[in-house]
Amino acid sequence: MTATLRQAGPRTLYRKLVDSHTVATLDEQNVLLFCDLHLMNEYTSPQAFTGLHEQGRGVPMPGQNVAVVSHIIPTHPVATRLRVIADPPSALQATNLKANCDRHGIRLFDTTDALQGIEHVVAPEHGMIRPGMVVICGDSHTTTYGALGALGFGIGTTEVEHVLATQTLVYRVAKDMRIQVDGALPAGTTSKDLILAIIGRIGAQGARGYVVEFRGEAIRSLSVEARFTLCNMAVEAGARGALIAPDATAIDYVLARCPDLAGEWREPALAHWATLHSDEGAVFDVEHRFDAADVAPQVTWGTSPDQVAAIDAPIPDPSRMDDGPARASAERALRYARLDGGTALEGTAIQHVFIGSCTNGRIEDLRAAAAVLRGRHVAPGVRAMVVPGSGAVRAMAEAEGLDRVFLDAGLEWRQPGCSMCLAMNDDVLADGVRCASTTNRNFEGRQGRGAITHLMSPAMAAAAAVTGRLTDVRRLAPANTAAAATAPQEIPR
Amino acid sequence: MKPVRQVEGRTAALRLENLDTDQIMPKQFLRGIDKAGLRDGLLYDLRFDAEGRERPDFVLNRPEYAGVSVLLGGNNFGCGSSREHAVWGLQQAGIRAVIAPGFGEIFYSNAMGNGLLLVALPEADVLRLMAEADQVPGNAVTIDVETLTLRSAGGVEARFEMLPRHQRMLLEGLDAIGLSMTYREQIDAFAKAHWEAQPWVKDVARQRLAP
Repeated sequence: MTATLRQAGPRTLYRKLVDSHTVATLDEQNVLLFCDLHLMNEYTSPQAFTGLHEQGRGVPMPGQNVAVVSHIIPTHPVATRLRVIADPPSALQATNLKANCDRHGIRLFDTTDALQGIEHVVAPEHGMIRPGMVVICGDSHTTTYGALGALGFGIGTTEVEHVLATQTLVYRVAKDMRIQVDGALPAGTTSKDLILAIIGRIGAQGARGYVVEFRGEAIRSLSVEARFTLCNMAVEAGARGALIAPDATAIDYVLARCPDLAGEWREPALAHWATLHSDEGAVFDVEHRFDAADVAPQVTWGTSPDQVAAIDAPIPDPSRMDDGPARASAERALRYARLDGGTALEGTAIQHVFIGSCTNGRIEDLRAAAAVLRGRHVAPGVRAMVVPGSGAVRAMAEAEGLDRVFLDAGLEWRQPGCSMCLAMNDDVLADGVRCASTTNRNFEGRQGRGAITHLMSPAMAAAAAVTGRLTDVRRLAPANTAAAATAPQEIPR
Repeated sequence: MKPVRQVEGRTAALRLENLDTDQIMPKQFLRGIDKAGLRDGLLYDLRFDAEGRERPDFVLNRPEYAGVSVLLGGNNFGCGSSREHAVWGLQQAGIRAVIAPGFGEIFYSNAMGNGLLLVALPEADVLRLMAEADQVPGNAVTIDVETLTLRSAGGVEARFEMLPRHQRMLLEGLDAIGLSMTYREQIDAFAKAHWEAQPWVKDVARQRLAP
């Protein structure tokens, strides 16, 4: 049922991280795990602080805790300092978070902080995520940090209270899964397509109970930001964590953001990080193998991230599936998504495009979207939004002129936040609106009651914006200048 | 937390695979700073239509299923978002146990931390219990946490597994934080040694992007 503790002999990277953070072994499956960094947001922490205060408990290690107002913040295109949360309960969550952080001396990225954004985009930008750390947050997408060789995972509010009070968690050790990805991703595909293809293959429960280590040629050639996307969505396969052993790419990324590591700490840090890999001969409970060359741009068709297909493939036909829960689930999903099994996914009309989120709201994502949008225009009747992942991402994009590309193409260039990924602020879709989205969950009602979400990469979302349909970005004509077509050009099949 | 030794209650089948916590507790009910009022949000879009009218055909709205306290779910029940509001909402609506072939990982931890009993059974057993609950609306089950056994009025008998720690938490109504705080000296000693070896992770939350 569960992994047992402390193997002798060669260890996986995951076990090394658990062992190096074990304060005490509680029983055969559970350890008291020390947490280097605890991230908090405004909506999963309030009841934890209340519980803490009711028991008269404090926060003994405030320097290992940080909070960000991420989820409820409006993203209207106004100056950061002018941002006002109109909804009274949401505004109370923000002021409550500030009061809690002030009381305990916890660093807060408040609503008017120019560097505010999505917690998982903000933390790495500031050099808070370093290889070998354990990072937790009351948010399931904390698996993101595996991209830097840090063990990250989401927790609930009771556990948030536990970490605040003790800087530890009672942690049930997971099993080890290795996902080897050979080859190279073809042009027009990204790590988003790769992770969607993996989830499609192993299922939304495929990694449940496991921490996944990604390795192989295709992984090594990914940028750190592409790795964030990959590890971020591992949780959509049910994984309790995702890891990539830190290599030169990861270490360069970290050193560039950690001025404190320029001096005497540099060498010991590098020496420690060099040990952060699975040993030769380490045993994984399950192994999967993929060839990146087989990956085509992916688009979800249903209401679970594993209901996904290549853009040029037909939507699965439930009537050809074996009778059982999977078929019932596909039928229900297609009913919700107002699609017919067996028909083409490509060409389905969309009304909305959302580019952003902790999955795809970083600068490389915006560059990829801008590359498709440059010299083109959003199709009539489509509303398209770009919500950068943080104030820093927004500033960088503006310095590069990406904001002009988006605005000239007819997209909205907005303030940072979680926004329409979960529609907890005022960015909510209406019933029946179909959205091409770079986010991580296509659950029923996630972006608004009755709204239909198709998950895809930023380039694919940009392609959908210009055609007004689910579109294979590989079939859009390349390069264009400002003077070139405002209407999309398609390469005939 | 109150001890949970035995749950005896009437059941209803929710035949939905991957029932995510967004559906169990939609976003508009997450705006509080306390746990109040979550009963209203439970399974909102399944219980009510777009105009806010009760969907009469939804199992939990049917009079013969009134007072149900045990849900029978599909695989991966509670997947997705970490929101503990899903657990609080279920409890506020009188749900004391959920039986399913499998559960989302974070949801499982959240449930155990609140004394919501989760029972993982093979799919065939869950399907039999669902069939019973359909035939005899609200068919009752008895779940014993001490012996890790389940019995239904319709005749299903099953054993289930649970980590000894979780079993103890339920049986004793354990305060996990209080228990972990007894390790305070070990935690401090661990942190001291950890930060001596890796001084670059101490106060890491105070780092700020270079201007």
